[in-house]
Amino acid sequence: MHWWFPGNASSVGGKVDSLFYVILYITGAVFVLVEATLLVFLVRYRKRAGRAATYVEGSNKAEIIWTAIPAVILVSLALVSQPLWSKIKDSDTYPKDAAHLGLEAKQFEWHITYPGPDGKLGTDDDFMKIDSIHLVVNRDYVIDMTARDVVHSFFVPAFRIKQDIVPGMDIKLWVKPTRTGTFELACSELCGLGHYRMRGLVIVHTPQDYAAWLVSQGEASAADSAAAGAAADTTRRKGVS
Amino acid sequence: MTAAVTAHGAHAHADDRSFVRKYVFSTDHKIIGIQFLFLSLFFLLVGGLLAMGIRWQLGFPGQAMPLGGWLPQGVAPGGVVAPKMYISLVTMHGTFMIFFAVMPLLVGVFANYLIPLKIGAPDMAFPRLNMWSFWLMIPSGLLMLSSLFVLGGSSVAGWTVYAPLSNTPDYTGVHLGQQLWCLSIVVFGASSLLGSVNYITTVINLRAPGMTWFRMPLSVWALFITAVLAILAVPVLAGAVIMLFFDQTIGTHFYLPAGGGQPLMWQHLFWFFGHPEVYILILPAMGIASDVIANGARKPIFGYTSMVWAMVAIAFLGFIVWGHHMFQSGMNPTLASAFMVSTIVIAVPSAIKVFNWLGTLWRGSIHFTTPMLNALAFVSMFIIGGLSGIFMASTPVDMYIHGTYFIVAHIHYVLFGGSLFAIFAGIYFWFPKMFGKQLDERLGKVHFALTFVFYNLTFFPMHILGLGGEMRRIYDPTVYDYLRPLQPINVFITINAFLLFLSQLVMLWNVIRTLAWGKKAEMNPWHDCGLEWTVPSPPPHGNFEHTPTVYHGPYEFSVPGAAADFIPVNQPPAQAGEAHR
Amino acid sequence: MTAHEAPLAPEATAPHSIGVHTQKLGMWVFLVSEVMFFTALIGSYIILRWGTDAPWPEPRTVLAIPVTALNTFILICSSVSMVKAYAAAVKDDQRGLKRWLLTTVVGGATFVGVQVREYIHLVQKGFLPSSGLFGASFYTMTGFHGFHVTCGVLSMIWVTIRAFRGKYAGGKYQGIETIGLYWHFVDLVWIILFTIVYLI
Repeated sequence: MHWWFPGNASSVGGKVDSLFYVILYITGAVFVLVEATLLVFLVRYRKRAGRAATYVEGSNKAEIIWTAIPAVILVSLALVSQPLWSKIKDSDTYPKDAAHLGLEAKQFEWHITYPGPDGKLGTDDDFMKIDSIHLVVNRDYVIDMTARDVVHSFFVPAFRIKQDIVPGMDIKLWVKPTRTGTFELACSELCGLGHYRMRGLVIVHTPQDYAAWLVSQGEASAADSAAAGAAADTTRRKGVS
Repeated sequence: MTAAVTAHGAHAHADDRSFVRKYVFSTDHKIIGIQFLFLSLFFLLVGGLLAMGIRWQLGFPGQAMPLGGWLPQGVAPGGVVAPKMYISLVTMHGTFMIFFAVMPLLVGVFANYLIPLKIGAPDMAFPRLNMWSFWLMIPSGLLMLSSLFVLGGSSVAGWTVYAPLSNTPDYTGVHLGQQLWCLSIVVFGASSLLGSVNYITTVINLRAPGMTWFRMPLSVWALFITAVLAILAVPVLAGAVIMLFFDQTIGTHFYLPAGGGQPLMWQHLFWFFGHPEVYILILPAMGIASDVIANGARKPIFGYTSMVWAMVAIAFLGFIVWGHHMFQSGMNPTLASAFMVSTIVIAVPSAIKVFNWLGTLWRGSIHFTTPMLNALAFVSMFIIGGLSGIFMASTPVDMYIHGTYFIVAHIHYVLFGGSLFAIFAGIYFWFPKMFGKQLDERLGKVHFALTFVFYNLTFFPMHILGLGGEMRRIYDPTVYDYLRPLQPINVFITINAFLLFLSQLVMLWNVIRTLAWGKKAEMNPWHDCGLEWTVPSPPPHGNFEHTPTVYHGPYEFSVPGAAADFIPVNQPPAQAGEAHR
Repeated sequence: MTAHEAPLAPEATAPHSIGVHTQKLGMWVFLVSEVMFFTALIGSYIILRWGTDAPWPEPRTVLAIPVTALNTFILICSSVSMVKAYAAAVKDDQRGLKRWLLTTVVGGATFVGVQVREYIHLVQKGFLPSSGLFGASFYTMTGFHGFHVTCGVLSMIWVTIRAFRGKYAGGKYQGIETIGLYWHFVDLVWIILFTIVYLI
């Protein structure tokens, strides 16, 4: 029964989950306390013969207490959330030696550009795959994301990462996978009629497997251009190559 | 353009207006309020039906709907919801519920009906503008309904109609439908504006002698603050939507990157309206709940002044949190952090209100009438909706839950669990005043119980769907391996949603039965302090024989030494027998 | 309006009014919403022009500044005549009121006429709403402003007719103040637009 978060597979996922659980425990405790108080009051102070309500207009002391305590708790939450947020989203904090991938989101596919054997994006040996992102475990990546048509959103639940991609904007996202395996990529911003099937796969390799995969890409690239239509179709639906 | 004013004060007088002037093109705020009631209940039904379509597809993907065969084959081949129809359902469900059901129910009904009565005025400041405010809803509603039937279908961009999806027909095949959406919203904006001008001016200038600001009931305060929000926020929506409309029709590129436009600007403009909008959708509910809870507990509202300032704080802060809908949008992360702080802060006044409602119940003498049950449900469900909001306020956690069913759960806990239960409370509470007949208590309690149970069974599991990673607006979650195990939850939700929808028939039956065969209601069946309960049910045109004078605060229940367990606000002090405030 | 439309107690007998007559208060509230509407349009223009790197022609190469400057002057003059009309009404100078209201109508109508003529010239030159972000924002802002002025002119005509029927005599001049407010607002919006769209 998989009714909770998918297993964490990124460097930030654990921290996001921890933050979630902190909030869950606090709000859970508040929920129980407040709803229980409500129920107790409903039972204890239900209308009964011979007992009138007590005329009370309020209590300044109570107001101060129940303003200050929530304020302190909530502001603490904000303070705790801020550094993690900055680390994930502020491109100034991204590792300078991260590998780069290009990603273009379009209706209803993910086009990922790999730098090829020379390791640089924007050179002749770059190649593109549809709907599959291949990464090496424990490496830093910065994905340069663009959208061709409408707003899409890059969501990898296992990484706990989401980033909207707005056409006309160049958006960078840092990702560092920490577990090998195959994880799903979903578009999470309504992008048209095929939004529901804009699915991709994120395949995290060991360095050796990745090297092998890269080699197979080089061999396949010649075959790819010949059978572009059918292969792209298979790639889109299955997301493996 | 505006009604003139006589010099000798309000008076109800013999009413020989024609049927059309009295009930159709009426300038009487009470009739207009009732017109809004029937209009919005109709659209609540429309919104509910659209939701049934959504739930059918999510619960039983790819299966033919009951009565699906009646739909055109191009829309629902073989009676099965197609992807385009699905997003149309999602878009129009949100649109109809927010603009044509909840907003008119809270504001169009209760602001119109209650404000003049509760402040001791004979009518609104501008009765003819008020009439226009209602009648503009008709073309607005027709434009929106017609968008479902035009070639290309209705808007399929969600109720938030993000550009460039919404302003580029090539991306969706929707042309006229989106334009009709835009026109409808602009007309709606005009209706909302006329209403708000009335509510604000009336509360400021037409209060009866003795009705000082801090003797106004919280329902009036809430509706006044809501009107201020609307005056400031709705025009921004109108401007944004007009630019979107121009992008589609006269070749502008405001939100189209190809021409240098900025899709993100749409989001900023929309949410600058959109966030105050959600406070428009909850503040009147809070006000109604306060009135009903004080009445049901036979106690003054605990911390009345704090309650007022909390609403003012919510309204003010509501203008500086809009970025929290856009945390993941690609906006500057530092700006996002600023919005996180303001969002976190706005939770505080909401918490204050919840504690004050609890304080009101403490040492009360609680009468579990139908309105009271609904108001209590409002408080308990709003607590859940508010707490779930804290998860989203934290930007890293929002990264995961944004755009998932966790958000959908939150939305429905505050809008249904919050606003709609308060609306039910208000309807049951003021029905006798509006129609002169009281809704049946037993049927009311059955409606409440069924609704409360099925509502929680429908929407609570959506939190779990969201944590499992199920995205919003997804036609078929089973496309994703990681979502397939969640499917039993979707089926469970769907079944309960159907039962929730059917449960509303109990209230519908109660309304029909009461209007047709109900007993005449007494003038003040709830033994309430408000001015509306000092006049006949329904009140005559002009409301008060003579302008009332107010001597007491709005919630003088169980005053020690008083003759009864409530003191009407206009009861002269000699009769009250003790000091008043 | 028949005798049965319940007339309302004036602010004089509503002890909790804020001392501003109800019609004027209503107009102020309405104008707040209008400020927000134009803020959305003008704010968007500011973002698009100075907040992005979208190309933007120099306004004076596209728009006729001298003619529009003169038109601005005419609109400002119509605000002055509006002030004079109100002053006349307060003094119960009905002749003055009528004269200055007519002047305002003429001024407003002239403004609209010149704007329409300018639109025609621009369209003939090929400058359309689809002519880049400048065209889009220019026509949207000035178009809605023109729409508001037109509504103002029509309302002003109606008020003038009522003035000729003596409806504002004997101290009952609140309506003049109310429409004056609207008129000044429309003028103020134009001054802002002229400055940031034409001149800068």
